[in-house]
Order: sequence, then structure tokens, then C-alpha cells
Amino acid sequence: MFEFLYEPWPWYVAGPIIGLLVPLLLFVGGKKFGFSSNLRHMCTACNISKANYFNYDWKEDGRWNLTMLIGTITGGFLGGYVFANPEPIQLAASTIEDLRALGIQDFMGLVPDDFFTWGALGSFPGILILTLGGFLVGFGARYAGGCTSGHAISGLSDLQLASLIAVIGFFIGGLIMTWLIYPIIV
Amino acid sequence: MKFTEYLKYFLIGTGFGFILVKSEVVSWFRIQEMFRFDSIHMYGIIGLAILVGVISIQLIKRWNMKDAYGNPITIPPKDVSQVKRYIIGGSLFGLGWAMLGACPGPMFALLGSGLTVMIVPILAALAGTLAYGVLRERLPH
Repeated sequence: MFEFLYEPWPWYVAGPIIGLLVPLLLFVGGKKFGFSSNLRHMCTACNISKANYFNYDWKEDGRWNLTMLIGTITGGFLGGYVFANPEPIQLAASTIEDLRALGIQDFMGLVPDDFFTWGALGSFPGILILTLGGFLVGFGARYAGGCTSGHAISGLSDLQLASLIAVIGFFIGGLIMTWLIYPIIV
Repeated sequence: MKFTEYLKYFLIGTGFGFILVKSEVVSWFRIQEMFRFDSIHMYGIIGLAILVGVISIQLIKRWNMKDAYGNPITIPPKDVSQVKRYIIGGSLFGLGWAMLGACPGPMFALLGSGLTVMIVPILAALAGTLAYGVLRERLPH
């Protein structure tokens, strides 16, 4: 009866539920769904920079969102550990073929062991992906004023032109990385 | 903020993290598949999320709905004149999203799933945020 907790959810079920987070957060407290603001709140809370960008009341602005972040980690624990799907992801055959050609060997979990283990930090692609990839996500999200949740979901839900431009940027960068840079670094 | 407030956002976050894993949005493989245009999976999720969001916000605006505290729901518009910031910042984010295969929410959901090495990209993302905050006045917006 509870198999659905272990099984992956199809896109046509997951998509609308994620979309409902937008009105849900607006209703419960007038909050705008956007996850990467948390990165700014965390930097501000650590009080490591005197820059104006980190000069605001992070508790007042960010408590709700940081609480949501702790929930997100907990949800990841429930979904990816307690109720982990034991089967490999049902990827498109063409993706598997392309990734094998790139040299990816592990297709069992949510991410390949080729890059996402502590040991992989000792390899060139491993350390590059985990450090530079993370850095660009943080730098780019704050530069653009939002990430996938803030721009692609919240912003486009509100039909904001700024968010459409940002999402076009997401794809420019993503396509360059996937098609031009990944074949060189991996 | 009262305890019930914290609980509310904690539970919404828990639901968010759970569905990010169950929908495999957290998967590096799914992001590769998306940028290779090999499957409808990610486009379907993002597209339907936006569709539900658009309809909800249109209804909220049309009916002047209020939040749980009785305050009118307003969404501040983003400054659309800052085109450079969205294109350059967005492209840098896209490079990172495809490279790491995870955006900010999934980074933390993956950490929760037991992938402790995600601490590395999370710290790197905080370093990126710090770098942006320090350089902001000198970057084109």
C-alpha cells in the first residue's frame, strides 16, 4: 500500500505539487518561494563580510526560509534514505549511451559515484565539478537574483519578464556546459 | 516567530525535499538528460509547476485574496531593466547547474539523503555567494 513512498513519482504528479508550493507559501505567510536567498542568509548569519549585500536583518527576512531549508534536508533524508528507491533511474537510452561514451560507469543511484564520493575529490573532474560547480551555482544564483525556484518557478508563475530572461540565461549556460565543456573536463 | 510558524515552514520544506527526491529532480542524471533534450521528464515537471503557479497567482490577483494573517497578497516585481544581471548571472548559474547537476534546493536534499560529500558544493556555493556580495558594486547589472 505504501509502495508509492519508495517508487519514483512521474513528472505529471510531481510538477503540479511543486507548483502548489507557490500559492501555499503566499497563503501561509505572504512568502515568495525562492531557495537561493538562503545562501545569502547563511553568509550574513556567519558575519564574514562587511559588504552592503550582507548588511540586513537576516533573522527577520530569512528565518522562515532557513527553517524551510532544514525541512528540505529532512525531506531529502525521508525520500532518499528512509524511502530510497532501490532501482536505478529510468533514464532515456540515448542519455545513458552519451554518458557511457563520456566515461560514466555508475548508473545505480541519484548521482554517479564517478564524481559524487569523497574519493572523487582526488580526481580532476571530481574536484572541479564539486567545487567550481557549487561556486557557480551560488555566484550565479545571487547575481541573477534567483535560482530555479525563484526565477523559473516563482518568477515565471508571476509572468515576470526578468525571470524569463534569467531562465534563458540558465539554458545558455547549461547547454554550453553540457555540450562544450563537459566533453573536455571529463 | 512562534513555534507553530517554524513548524509550518519546516513541514513545507520537508514536503519540498521529499518531492525533489521522488521526482528525481535532484539527480545529476536527470539534469544531463534535460540539457541533452532526451526526455520530457524535467520539462514536464518545470512546465506543469509553472502552469499551476500561473493559474494560482492569477486567481489570487483576480479575487484579491489575503494570506493567513489577513494581509493582501502582493508579489514585488523584479527590476526588468537589469537585463545584464539576468543574462550574465543566469548563464553563470546555468554553467554551475549543468556542471554540478544540482541547483540550491537539490544540493540540500541530496545532503539529507546521506550524500555527505554535498557539503563540498554547499560550501563552494556559499563562497560563490560571498564573492558576489563582495564584488557586486563592480559587476554589470
